[in-house]
Amino acid sequence: MGVEGIGASVVRKEDKRFITGKGRYVDDIKLTGMTYAHFIRSPHAHAKVKGIDSSAALQMPGVVAVLTGRQIVDDKVGNLICGWAITSKDGSPMKMGAWPAMAPETVRFVGQAVAVVIAESKNLARDAAEAVVVDYEELPAVADVTAAVKAGAPQLHPEAPGNQVYDWVIGDEGAVDAAFSKAANVVKLDLTNNRLAPNAMEPRAAIADYDAAEEHFTLYTTSQNPHVARLVLSAFYNIAPEHKLRVIAPDVGGGFGSKIFIYPEEMVALWASKKVGRPVKWTGDRTEAFLTDAHGRDHVTHAEMAFDANNKILGLRVKTYANFGAYMSLFSSSVPTYLYATLLSGQYDIPAIHAEVIGVYTNTTPVDAYRGAGRPEASYLIERMMETAARQLKVDPAALRRQNFITQFPHQTPVIMAYDTGDFNASLDAAMKAIDYAGFADRKAKAKADGKLRGIGVSCYIEACGIAPSKAVGSLGAGVGLWESAEVRVNPVGTIEILTGSHSHGQGHETTFCQLVADRLGVPISQVSIVHGDTDKVQFGMGTYGSRSAAVGLTAILKAMEKVESKARKIAAHALEASEADIVIENGEFKVTGTDKAIAFPMVALAAYTAHNLPDGMEPGLKETAFYDPTNFTFPAGTYICELEVDAGTGKTSFVNFVAADDFGRLINPMIVEGQVHGGLAQGIGQALLEHAIYDANGQPVTASFMDYSMPRADDLPSFKLSHTTTLCPGNPLGIKGCGEAGAIGASAAVINAITDAIGKNNLEMPATPDRVWRTIHAA
Amino acid sequence: MYQTIYHRASSVDEAASLFAKGSEAKFLAGGQTLLPVMKQRLAAPSDVIDLGKIKELIGIEASGDTLTIKAATPHYDVATSDTAKKAIPALAYLASLIGDPAVRYRGTIGGSLANNDPAADYPAATLALGATIKTNKRTIAADDYFKGLFSTALEDGEIITQVSFPVPAKAGYAKFPHPASRFALTGVFVAQTKSGEIRVAATGASQSGVMRVPAIEAALKANWSPSAIDSVSISASGLLSDIHGSSDYRANLVKVMAQRAVAAAA
Ligand SMILES: Cc1cc2nc3c(=O)[nH]c(=O)nc-3n(C[C@H](O)[C@H](O)[C@H](O)COP(=O)(O)OP(=O)(O)OC[C@H]3O[C@@H](n4cnc5c(N)ncnc54)[C@H](O)[C@@H]3O)c2cc1C
Repeated sequence: MGVEGIGASVVRKEDKRFITGKGRYVDDIKLTGMTYAHFIRSPHAHAKVKGIDSSAALQMPGVVAVLTGRQIVDDKVGNLICGWAITSKDGSPMKMGAWPAMAPETVRFVGQAVAVVIAESKNLARDAAEAVVVDYEELPAVADVTAAVKAGAPQLHPEAPGNQVYDWVIGDEGAVDAAFSKAANVVKLDLTNNRLAPNAMEPRAAIADYDAAEEHFTLYTTSQNPHVARLVLSAFYNIAPEHKLRVIAPDVGGGFGSKIFIYPEEMVALWASKKVGRPVKWTGDRTEAFLTDAHGRDHVTHAEMAFDANNKILGLRVKTYANFGAYMSLFSSSVPTYLYATLLSGQYDIPAIHAEVIGVYTNTTPVDAYRGAGRPEASYLIERMMETAARQLKVDPAALRRQNFITQFPHQTPVIMAYDTGDFNASLDAAMKAIDYAGFADRKAKAKADGKLRGIGVSCYIEACGIAPSKAVGSLGAGVGLWESAEVRVNPVGTIEILTGSHSHGQGHETTFCQLVADRLGVPISQVSIVHGDTDKVQFGMGTYGSRSAAVGLTAILKAMEKVESKARKIAAHALEASEADIVIENGEFKVTGTDKAIAFPMVALAAYTAHNLPDGMEPGLKETAFYDPTNFTFPAGTYICELEVDAGTGKTSFVNFVAADDFGRLINPMIVEGQVHGGLAQGIGQALLEHAIYDANGQPVTASFMDYSMPRADDLPSFKLSHTTTLCPGNPLGIKGCGEAGAIGASAAVINAITDAIGKNNLEMPATPDRVWRTIHAA
Repeated sequence: MYQTIYHRASSVDEAASLFAKGSEAKFLAGGQTLLPVMKQRLAAPSDVIDLGKIKELIGIEASGDTLTIKAATPHYDVATSDTAKKAIPALAYLASLIGDPAVRYRGTIGGSLANNDPAADYPAATLALGATIKTNKRTIAADDYFKGLFSTALEDGEIITQVSFPVPAKAGYAKFPHPASRFALTGVFVAQTKSGEIRVAATGASQSGVMRVPAIEAALKANWSPSAIDSVSISASGLLSDIHGSSDYRANLVKVMAQRAVAAAA
């Protein structure tokens, strides 16, 4: 592998600038003549906007404009789109209400913008916003998903009667009914998957700059996928054609999914920049992040699992209500359907599965993909179910899982996914060994003698990553293809620029992607730089989410590298007067195998550009492009086991041990993988114990600051013990599965299974706050 | 933040006269409450008068049976002061639990008591130890000082200069932190004075701010031990109830934290 090649824990190249405060984020950028936007947002969850009086604000010095929802609609800026079409079980398309970038007449969640003030400074814009008088007529609101589907509930959109966006099904209902009719045992479970606020460290921000001479826009934005942003802004929002719109996503401080989507603020900034003829900057604050960044999860589910007399699973039946909030965000429709229900087989051989998902509007912040997106909800359901079943059937939970594991690959589940490879026993064994599962009974007894409630919880997760084969997702309703592109540019001096459509906002691509080049060419990573996040530099890209950058983005780089190497090999063979087949690449040199004849890579590059002595007919230069479309999803999987103690007096949970055994296929940089797992586990444990975006019955957010929303802190978390069991992914040449979301997908169930084991009661919802746990312990 | 005028006072008298001149002046100590509130535009003082650099307002002293903490002394100093740790270890321990390191470096005892957040830690110690709050105008007994949520006996423009804590025979503090803010979801300070009086104060629990807990005081008077509290029943009525803790959960915490404070008392 070499010290900087694939598999080496190379220190992150990008950290020097981040740690020394030299990162360049959107808010760090200042343009000449720049103005500042402040949004006027609804304080009501549901209301009619009867009038907006901005006359006083317009009189204030430094105020450039006050623009309203009515104006943006009149200017024919498009409504926000949902990019994945879902069809209901009755064959009807999903039912959606319009989502204008600012509300012209009706607001449907607290925080929805109705107008924007553009001023000479941020503070002036904010002052002026206070002078704008908005006349609202309040309407009844509904925030809770089960309340929203009841007869007589307040209605959000006339297009969606009963607040229902879709009623979608997957799987063979008849086969499931048959399985249940011959079942020896049926296990039932009701679960809530709590709503989360993503809380990237950097709030969203945008700067729009319209150049009237060129009729060209530049947008600097906090995006995980600048090309997708440009595509959507061009094709659907009528901002400008793609060649007249440049989108730059510079350093971005975390996304977790929330920065995939194109938000109203970016649209308004672009539109306003042309209107006022000056650059417009908007930087969200934390409150705006809580109110307007797409939330995650928020499911209410009833599930039933059928077992035969030998505890073999016969079937699974699931009904889920998914809360979408007030509008359908860009990929929201796919999250509780194709990213959730398709993973309901878990690691188990389940002959029949049927799931029904009802998507529901409520007067809350829109919900979309958040780290894991659908897969945490599926994994939580299955793993709570397996634990509940083991308790009901009175068998060891690890043994019940093992008995039902899929062991033959490829494996076609009844819910679309075809698992390519895995070794679920290996990761379960590794985790059980790491935590000394066999010794747990003794530890529990000892803890009991000391007055402590100790529990252990297992979670065997599987997820689908490396999204995704374009043809497959297209057939399921996706509006885009999910390939990736790359360009490898070798400079005449032999340094290399890799242009990638992936986007790094914490993942460490500037290091890991270079490691591939170091691995193949033997050049030091200092000779390689990664260019990303600018639609003028990189031709196209689908961006980073769904743990796809290594499996898809890096594979695209590999494909371009192979083309570069092939041409370089021809040049070297020509220069060394050898046969191309005899050229091997070693330590930065192209060698004739079995001889001491060699030419250094920079000399090959120089030869390509001087073009003095190239093989006949060869074009000068050394630069290649590749588009890579994956053949399948990848299937990272693993086992997490958590051991903890509950304080019966307060209901507080303390970790004793947390072990993870993951199968991510090949690791590019184990240190970075470890960091990804730590972060994911923190978010999974955060969901299990702490985080909850709560609305009151009138749709007022109760947790719109860190004083109320419990973000996990370092001292809330245990020291993790990580390990890997590896089966290489057969779907891509590097054997990569992806590691970005696993922790967030697998951790929650392990924690709740452990707490419910400790307290001896199975019914416990997330987050398992001390109050809730105490109440559950002491419930009759 | 709205525009404001910042003044750095060099003495208590100067601070008081600057205050009198401002139309809607506010004192600034550690700024850990005032500045966030100003940034959210929920406060708009015309003038901000910084007490934090006034030398006579900083320091910790023990003399005889009294530990005195000057008003602008940050929590970190109290938490790490040998003098405080020796005189009233439970008080230094309490200071070490406030917020996070950044908050402890800036936040002050005077600011905390002037603000009287219903979930702040210092009010519990101040009330349980029967401290005296000295201002630039008078001396106020703890029993007369706390007047409900965010409300105190301080008059407009009155400056806390120091807080004097009688050194107890024994005292202990136990805090159950709010999962998000890390203030006290409930914190209980128990003290046995040198004259044998038992005083117990709970913060974070009551709708009217820091409170004495007579039932626990009576139980501990009879028998100073955690188990003495086993049979005490705390009513949930009048207690706070929110997403992080219902009133009956807080009632339970008052009891459990009192037991743990007694167990820890030294
Ligand atoms: C993230 C965070 C976590 C926190 N966690 C905790 C916690 O766990 N427990 C806890 O108890 N507290 C906590 N606090 C509060 C903090 O510890 C301070 O005690 C509190 O903010 C007030 O002190 P200050 O010196 O910052 O006062 P300031 O914010 O400067 O002032 C607060 C108020 O007191 C007035 N004031 C200040 N000094 C005087 C004086 N000498 N005389 C008269 N009036 C005065 C000011 O005018 C203002 O109205 C937390 C704060 C933050 C930001």
